[in-house]
Amino acid sequence: MLAPRRLLARLFAVVGSVLPLALVAGCGSSTMSTIEGHSDLTRSILDIYGTIFWIDLFLFVLVQGILIVAVIKFRATGKETAPPEQVHGNLQMEVGWTIAPVLILLVIAIPTVSFIFDSQAQAKDDALVVNATGKQWWFKFEYPGYSFETANEIHVPLGRQVDVRLQSDNVIHAFWAPQIAAKRDMVPGRVNHITFTADTVGTFLGQCAEYCQDSHALMKFRVMVDTPEDFEKWANHEKQPVADTNEASDGFKAFQGATCIACHAIAGSSAQARVGPNLTHVGSRTRIAAGLLENNEANLKLWLKDPSAVKPGEGRNGVGMPNLNLTDEQITTLVAYLQSLK
Amino acid sequence: MANPAHAVPADHAAAPTQSYFMSWLMTTDHKRIGVLYGLSAICFFVLGGIEALVIRTQLAAPGQHIVDAATYNALFTMHGTTMIFLGVMPMSAAFFNYLIPLQIGARDVVFPRLNAFSFWLFLFGAIVLNVPFLLTPFVDMRVIPDGGWFGYATLTEKTYTPGASIDFWICGLQILGVASMAAGFNFIVTIFNLRAPGMSLLRMPVFTWMTLVVQFLVVLSFPCITIALVLLMFDRLFGTHFYMPEGGGDPLLWQHLFWLFGHPEVYILILPAMGIVSEVLPTFSRKPLFGAPFVIFSGITIGLLGFGVWSHHMFTTGLGATSDAAFSVTTMLIAIPTGVKIFNWLATIWGGQLRLTTSMLYALGFVCMFTMGGLSGIMHASPPVDLQQQDSYFVVAHFHYVLFGGAVFGLLSGIYYWFPKMNGRFLSESWGKVIFWILFVGFNTTFFPMHIVGAAGMPRRIYTYDAGLGWETPNLIETVGAFTIAVGVLFFVIDLVRSIRSTSGPLAGPNPWDGSSLEWVTESPPKVHNFDVTPTVYSERPVWEKNYGPGPGYSLPTVEEHIHLPPPSIRPFYLATGVAWFLVSWLVAGQFFTFGVCSALVAVCVILYSCVSWFLEEGH
Repeated sequence: MLAPRRLLARLFAVVGSVLPLALVAGCGSSTMSTIEGHSDLTRSILDIYGTIFWIDLFLFVLVQGILIVAVIKFRATGKETAPPEQVHGNLQMEVGWTIAPVLILLVIAIPTVSFIFDSQAQAKDDALVVNATGKQWWFKFEYPGYSFETANEIHVPLGRQVDVRLQSDNVIHAFWAPQIAAKRDMVPGRVNHITFTADTVGTFLGQCAEYCQDSHALMKFRVMVDTPEDFEKWANHEKQPVADTNEASDGFKAFQGATCIACHAIAGSSAQARVGPNLTHVGSRTRIAAGLLENNEANLKLWLKDPSAVKPGEGRNGVGMPNLNLTDEQITTLVAYLQSLK
Repeated sequence: MANPAHAVPADHAAAPTQSYFMSWLMTTDHKRIGVLYGLSAICFFVLGGIEALVIRTQLAAPGQHIVDAATYNALFTMHGTTMIFLGVMPMSAAFFNYLIPLQIGARDVVFPRLNAFSFWLFLFGAIVLNVPFLLTPFVDMRVIPDGGWFGYATLTEKTYTPGASIDFWICGLQILGVASMAAGFNFIVTIFNLRAPGMSLLRMPVFTWMTLVVQFLVVLSFPCITIALVLLMFDRLFGTHFYMPEGGGDPLLWQHLFWLFGHPEVYILILPAMGIVSEVLPTFSRKPLFGAPFVIFSGITIGLLGFGVWSHHMFTTGLGATSDAAFSVTTMLIAIPTGVKIFNWLATIWGGQLRLTTSMLYALGFVCMFTMGGLSGIMHASPPVDLQQQDSYFVVAHFHYVLFGGAVFGLLSGIYYWFPKMNGRFLSESWGKVIFWILFVGFNTTFFPMHIVGAAGMPRRIYTYDAGLGWETPNLIETVGAFTIAVGVLFFVIDLVRSIRSTSGPLAGPNPWDGSSLEWVTESPPKVHNFDVTPTVYSERPVWEKNYGPGPGYSLPTVEEHIHLPPPSIRPFYLATGVAWFLVSWLVAGQFFTFGVCSALVAVCVILYSCVSWFLEEGH
């Protein structure tokens, strides 16, 4: 069998001749492409994907070829004097096209079944455990080995197995990072696992794949694959409480006054609520609003002004971030404070 | 109804005092009921198509806000629900109703009033599902069903969807379920009991065979969704916790019950079209269906296996490796009988004299595109690949190739094939071919790029997307394709209406296409009582053999027969009203509990009255 990369290049050559869509293939990490793998898990998926693709292509050409040839060759001329030979069937042929698919399916089924058991094997003892919880509409990530919590951005080390434990305490979500982790559902009342070992440093996109109401389309996350050193540095920084725990500061007072403190935690302060995302190091995240917006002053202001204008359904029915009707002054103070939480 | 040979003379056929409107309301004639199903199906198909056009307009470019997120979610929910339950299923039912008695040489179905009851109940269910569109401006809560056609718990629980939207969905589907169950039993009993003398099971037309398989699927699978919906209704109405883990329930229970219905449902949608294609291809190839017994047994096998594959919709839910492996293998097994069918169809046209009528074009289009949908299906039968394709646009492409390129094209083939039988005159062949090519090109323009955009990672059910992920171009092409389809459908509806009203144009005669089954014996359109005398059948192709040999095909006994026809009756309409009323009461109870329960009690009285008067009605 061809190597996945070459195979996929060919796959796109085939597809590209049908539609000018080469743009799907390129662009490296900034896509959701399912035919680019950057972990052991997604690469072994691609091997099977490729096998089935070639079998499918063969069968497609075979069936459509026979169909087209038959239509051209056997079209009535209008000059026929008698009906064609009345063939009712042929046992050998029936047996043939019953057994042939069985053999073809074996070629698919054997690697499929072996993948199923391999990919769902128990994680290694030294695997990095990340607890991922689906919320309406964001992802909570806890690192029990390091005792900290973050949101919407998960960092993992290169070359070390990661065991993402997927759960939900509301509706069903799905954790889908096509190039790193493929997909598994976050089902209330269960813990599902995805185990993978990333093999490329970079930032990879992910998105919720199970319909979860209003802002399902905007429920995104990122997987950052770091070198082991960078990962340790990041994790050790994340588990530090905030440097400035002065609760008399204008920023923290605004945080209390605007009732942010009722839902959000900032480690090392009296803010310990766990309803919304943990904001301890929110200033160092690259995105806000579940991966939707770049983390900058303008977007933070936009978000605080009216969350439901950015993500529909926020604050409706007691779900997500309500519109707190903050004054411009409050917003300015809060944004400065949040940006200081590096 | 007794066997026609022993029956009383026909003296109830049509009471002349009825108005035209009342004659349709009270009809028990399987042909008129078939027409009612067909016309309703086309109306709802157009409605579901309009919903699809809004969806495609919204997704034509990234970041659009033609409709808001909540509306979009309601639209894709209603598009799926409408096309499945109110478009394809009733269009298949139209063919069952119109054709089965004709194909088996019967005067009607076994239970004509039950048949009318099924139709009215179907119509009420369809109205309940769609009435929220009209209510929306007047109420202060969400009422249009918005939980997806699959209605996954816990999202559909009161905690997460507090309005009445899910209640409308539950109620509408329950009503439709009763209608389908009643029709299912009716056709099973009809096919087993009312076949013309000499028509053994293996002499039945393949369409009748596929209908029989479908009815078994209906009566075995609909109870699953009925139970699932009752449990969901209990959760929402009485605070039980069947699907809520907080109370010891399990959201996956819903998925098991739903897909134990939902996967057979796929075959309920596709097998009738396969039956139609198995009639059309032989007729226009002037050959018998190649390996007919194998095609029939493949259909039965697909139906049986259809009950053993439901968890392939749940590969991502974490059922465990053993379960994933087992369901993956059973799913792959379905490819075998499906492949057998496709190769038999190819062998049927091979060596024939192909007449490329519009009906034949749709049948060939069916084989072409259903194959495509089958091949993409093999991909996500493999859980590793499914972990990437599930809930992405790749799956949307897959099932539209099966259900639009497959089921809908098959049904269109059937419409062009049997329209002259139903109407006495043809649909326009020249327009028909133009429309076929518009739909064929439009269909592939819409749905082929969905494979690409799905492989590029676009999830389903998202109302908007960002630029820069390679999704823009395919989405724009898809939208252009969707509007192309709309043009084709518009032309089709215009031609259909024109042809129904037309009083000129060539007459079809009993057998315009040189068909081989019994419906081509009788006039076009058939008389109220279908056949003057019941034919005796000697072959699986009675009409062909009569014309071309070698056997006699069929014979018409010369004995005088007493023809008994079911008289018209308003009871089915009353009973359907009562049953729909009862179920709507529980929908009302979701908002006004006491009022709803009282209303349900009144409905029970209506049901009892209708039943008693049904039993006592004379002439049945």
